[in-house]
Amino acid sequence: MFRYIVRRLLQMVLTFFGATFIVYALMFANQDNPLQALVGEKPLTENVRIALTERYHLDEPFLVQYWYYMKGMLQGDFGTSLTGRKISEMMAQAWPVTIRLAIIAMVIAATIAVVAGVISGIRRGSTFDNVTLVITLIILSLPIVVLAPVSQLLFAVKLGWFPPTAGANPTFWALLLPALVLGSLVIATELRVTRSSVAENLRSDYVRTARAKGLSRKRVIGVHVLRNSLIPVVTLIGVDIGGLMSGAIVTEKIFNIPGVGFNLFRGITTEDGPLVVGFVSILVIVFLVVNLLVDLLYAVLDPRIRYE
Amino acid sequence: MSDLEAVMAAEGPIGQLQEPKHAGKRDKPRSLAGDAWIDLRRNKIFWFSAVLVVIILAMSAFPSLFGAGDPRDCALSRQHAPASGNAFFGYDFQGCDVYAKTIYGARASIVVGVLATLLSGIIGLAFGLSSGYAGGWLDALLSRGIDIVLGVPFLLAAIVLARRLSADPNSTGIVAVTVTLGVLGWTTAARIMRSAVITSKNQDYVAAARMLGAGPGRIMMRHVLPNSIASFIVVLTILLGTNIATEATLSFLGIGLKNGAISWGIAIAEAGPYVRTASAPLIWPSVFLAATVLAFIMLGDAIRDAFDPKLR
Repeated sequence: MFRYIVRRLLQMVLTFFGATFIVYALMFANQDNPLQALVGEKPLTENVRIALTERYHLDEPFLVQYWYYMKGMLQGDFGTSLTGRKISEMMAQAWPVTIRLAIIAMVIAATIAVVAGVISGIRRGSTFDNVTLVITLIILSLPIVVLAPVSQLLFAVKLGWFPPTAGANPTFWALLLPALVLGSLVIATELRVTRSSVAENLRSDYVRTARAKGLSRKRVIGVHVLRNSLIPVVTLIGVDIGGLMSGAIVTEKIFNIPGVGFNLFRGITTEDGPLVVGFVSILVIVFLVVNLLVDLLYAVLDPRIRYE
Repeated sequence: MSDLEAVMAAEGPIGQLQEPKHAGKRDKPRSLAGDAWIDLRRNKIFWFSAVLVVIILAMSAFPSLFGAGDPRDCALSRQHAPASGNAFFGYDFQGCDVYAKTIYGARASIVVGVLATLLSGIIGLAFGLSSGYAGGWLDALLSRGIDIVLGVPFLLAAIVLARRLSADPNSTGIVAVTVTLGVLGWTTAARIMRSAVITSKNQDYVAAARMLGAGPGRIMMRHVLPNSIASFIVVLTILLGTNIATEATLSFLGIGLKNGAISWGIAIAEAGPYVRTASAPLIWPSVFLAATVLAFIMLGDAIRDAFDPKLR
């Protein structure tokens, strides 16, 4: 186990540097003239130009610039955005909001998916099962750019059940609709995996044994089947995180939630290179760490899995 | 029409029967494709999605057939005007005909979706086939490559790449989006292809062909490829749907199609701020986009069910 963790961490470091380098290179390499982009239409005096060139190491080779950037980043300094704010400060404000949104989304999605998945796994081929399969298919194919604005229009603007936008300090109620939208991204796969693993476990020998020794149906399903069926669902969390990140960009923009996705969206539209690189790098780290944790959790939950 | 035909055509070469339609006769041995076709013919979801796909493809090829006016004929005097006989869905903020824009929007989606899927397909096929067939160190190397691409969240990579590729302010962004989606989306297809190739290269008929003196090229092209392409095609059909959705997402974010390109994603982004005054410019592109993605994913799902009844 220890050797496995070390190996995974080494792999992670490699992927992290690879990914951030690519992001950095794509954002900053071969830029025509970043200083002119910074000052806009106005002419740039020689003194200012020299000062800025020195400050941002623009006369150094590209790899050295990347080195400076990484050095700053590992010390928690992500530089300043083009609007002049410290990016680390913006992150400190944005992350709590996004984490709250993601937690609400995942709790709702997991609850619905597990309950509905268990029921349709037990009653395979029933009306309930068929209806859930069709619904999950539809949810799977609804892009978030459709789901988010249409549900905002329907449930917030027309019906008025939720506030249409969240604003600076969002309440739980304001985050609920965006969280539902975000959760729908992952609910379909979670439900389908729960369903098929429940159906598979119901046929297994230990369930037959449990039934044969006279355990109640409730106990067989609730303890024996459910516990083993949830293992693959847990691993999905790692995959889901990537989906949630993509979804958060669109959802937070539409519902005006000042989280990570919202800032990233603003960085993209205002061509704020430092902002985009900083946020994307952090998101990649989160993605890698969560995936590692999920893999380790998998081994804890299922003793049959041994990493050498 | 080309996609549907591609899917249909893919069913042909898998078995030895070239015309699966005759496979229904009891006395003939039925191929996998023949079996699948008989299954598909009874599947309502298949017919529903196939008809939807044909309509969408017709829409993208001949938008004028659908009686849509000029999508670029906009006048501010008609801003948010309600639906009428001229414009079935009303007018948007700029006074453009929403129906015409929605119909013409299909073309960008289909063109980007199909081209990106083809690109992904070619990369995935090359990776999967060589990695699965060669095995050994080449397989290990290519599999690590797949892992690295999968290690980066898809949309984040797409945002950075699309932004870089569409730096030219005068382009409509079609090439940039297509390349972005194609370069990032091949991993699943490659993995599926790889495992299918590994399964079929250990079959007896491959050993028989090798004993008869067939070279690696012939074995790969004539024996391994036709027998492992079914699930690959299915993955590509589903990928086509997700590519269309991602194109809309990128266009919505302002890094996909731009500069006057007509796209559902742009239309949704533009309609967003005015939903309180006029909801039609938001609803109709959304409905068409959702229906298109749904059609391709359902089609892929139905074909997969037919080819692999165990998964149901």
